[in-house]
Amino acid sequence: MQPQPSLDLWADVEQLLAFHFMQNAFAGGTVVAVLSGVVGYFTVTRGQTFAAHALSQVGFPGAAGAALVGASPLLGLLAFCAVAALGIAALAGRPTQNQRFATAAIGSVLAFALALGFLFASLYPGFVETVFSVLFGTLIGITDTQVLVLLIVAAAVLAVMTAIGRPLFFASVDPDVASARGVRVRLLAVVFLLVLGLAVAASASITGTLLVFALLVAPAAAAQQITPRPGLGIVLSVVLALAVTWLGLSIAYFSVYPVGFYVTSLGFAVYLIARAVRYGRGFALRRTAVPA
Amino acid sequence: MFSNDFIDNAFLAGTFIAIAAGLAGYFVVLRNQVFVADAQSHVAFTGALAAVAAGGDAALGLFGATIAGSLVMGALGGRARGRDVAIGVTFAWILGLGALFLTLYTTSRSASNGAAGVTILFGSIFGITTARAFIAAGVGAAVSLATLALARPLVFSSVDPDVAAARGLPVRTLGLAFMVIVGVTVGEAVQAIGALLIFGLLVTPPLTAQLLTARPYAALALSAALSVASMWAGLTLSYVLPRIPPSFLVVAVAFAAYLVVVVAGAIRGRYAQKVSGNARSERIAAT
Repeated sequence: MQPQPSLDLWADVEQLLAFHFMQNAFAGGTVVAVLSGVVGYFTVTRGQTFAAHALSQVGFPGAAGAALVGASPLLGLLAFCAVAALGIAALAGRPTQNQRFATAAIGSVLAFALALGFLFASLYPGFVETVFSVLFGTLIGITDTQVLVLLIVAAAVLAVMTAIGRPLFFASVDPDVASARGVRVRLLAVVFLLVLGLAVAASASITGTLLVFALLVAPAAAAQQITPRPGLGIVLSVVLALAVTWLGLSIAYFSVYPVGFYVTSLGFAVYLIARAVRYGRGFALRRTAVPA
Repeated sequence: MFSNDFIDNAFLAGTFIAIAAGLAGYFVVLRNQVFVADAQSHVAFTGALAAVAAGGDAALGLFGATIAGSLVMGALGGRARGRDVAIGVTFAWILGLGALFLTLYTTSRSASNGAAGVTILFGSIFGITTARAFIAAGVGAAVSLATLALARPLVFSSVDPDVAAARGLPVRTLGLAFMVIVGVTVGEAVQAIGALLIFGLLVTPPLTAQLLTARPYAALALSAALSVASMWAGLTLSYVLPRIPPSFLVVAVAFAAYLVVVVAGAIRGRYAQKVSGNARSERIAAT
């Protein structure tokens, strides 16, 4: 029986939170949205969205492999993403002679990682369901333990981000000046990649590994379209990520379609609106700047 | 092994798909356009699922979507950069749309068809029918011939676009034609190893070939040969090990070949350094 929304908002919220799995989905989603909003802001500022894309794909064999050996997929995701982040950090330190070979090499590693995930999933009995919940996210997969794990990861990551936030922002905007001022740019880059790996894994537990951009990149990119100020931008990024998550989970509950679709669509819409706002503002400025 | 129809079909389709992927993939790596293949695989996934959700044919949706995708990316030209945030967000949405079509499809028909999505994401070359195998082989052959016909101007315009344009080559038109070639090749490769794994045929063998030789035509031929060898070895291994899916084995063989070449190159590089180092110290000792 498909639940139906009414016009009474309060009754709808009550209905949404009536089941334990939805309470968990909202609790986990809220933690993930705050985490993704903060980490995503730095990811976009540093131009590391490709690293987020790569890390999310490496997460797939982690989650599928964990399911195969009977462990929690979230732990598999976290472990694989953290190791992959350290791998990227190690490779990024070396100068690449050939940009296109480096890109192609990353592509080859990603294809192999996804193939490995497919192998693990196909050896697992609940094959089709596992593949889709890992790739495109699920509402019903989040247990009490996973909410707790997400909370611990988020608390640790946010503590680290609070400690390194200011120097990291400095190092992201102008690495040369920052390193001349004594900021340890290399170390910060490694720490941030590790943070990003954990955030990607947490985000993938809600949106699925293929759709992490919806929470990790779209709200942050939208926030940067609206304001250039970093403090305000981070807050806005978190608010937008929360809005996308809550709305996405709510709509998905009242419909038969997957949560990943709603979350990506809302993320995309938020980004488009932010670009339109910026364009409109620029247009208004140009109009007032040339009066005669 | 070849007494089975499904094996014959898989080898027929697989061989021509691999040749097309090896040839087109050579230029994908040479032109540093790996992200185009990535983007096209997303488009292919959603296009194929949209077609089956509407009750149509998956292959029509596949090729329709990738060709439309090539024209859009060709029109964007140099403005479409791989690491762009706008492109990343857009393609994430296109994948989300694919997830919607998949649910539309599985809820509108009997629930047994959830495997359609897995087929498109990860391929199912052993499930290909005889008629489809012939179509895939024909399309693969046509794309390969088109790539070979354009090979000379493509090499020139990829290596040095400015000089090529100065010499009167239609660089933009070539770029657009190449986009369509990549689009069709992605559509082909999706049938064999799936939308998520296409780098395994379209990027890994061409990369290995370019590590082995810097000569363009030798690398082009080697890329196609490595791609076909990965396909044949993967299919044969999958026949011997029926629990392991063929698309994993094809990608794994291609990746293993790449690793062997990288490791061999590193060892040879160290050895060469050592030899030249010894020679230098001997020369210093002699003076």
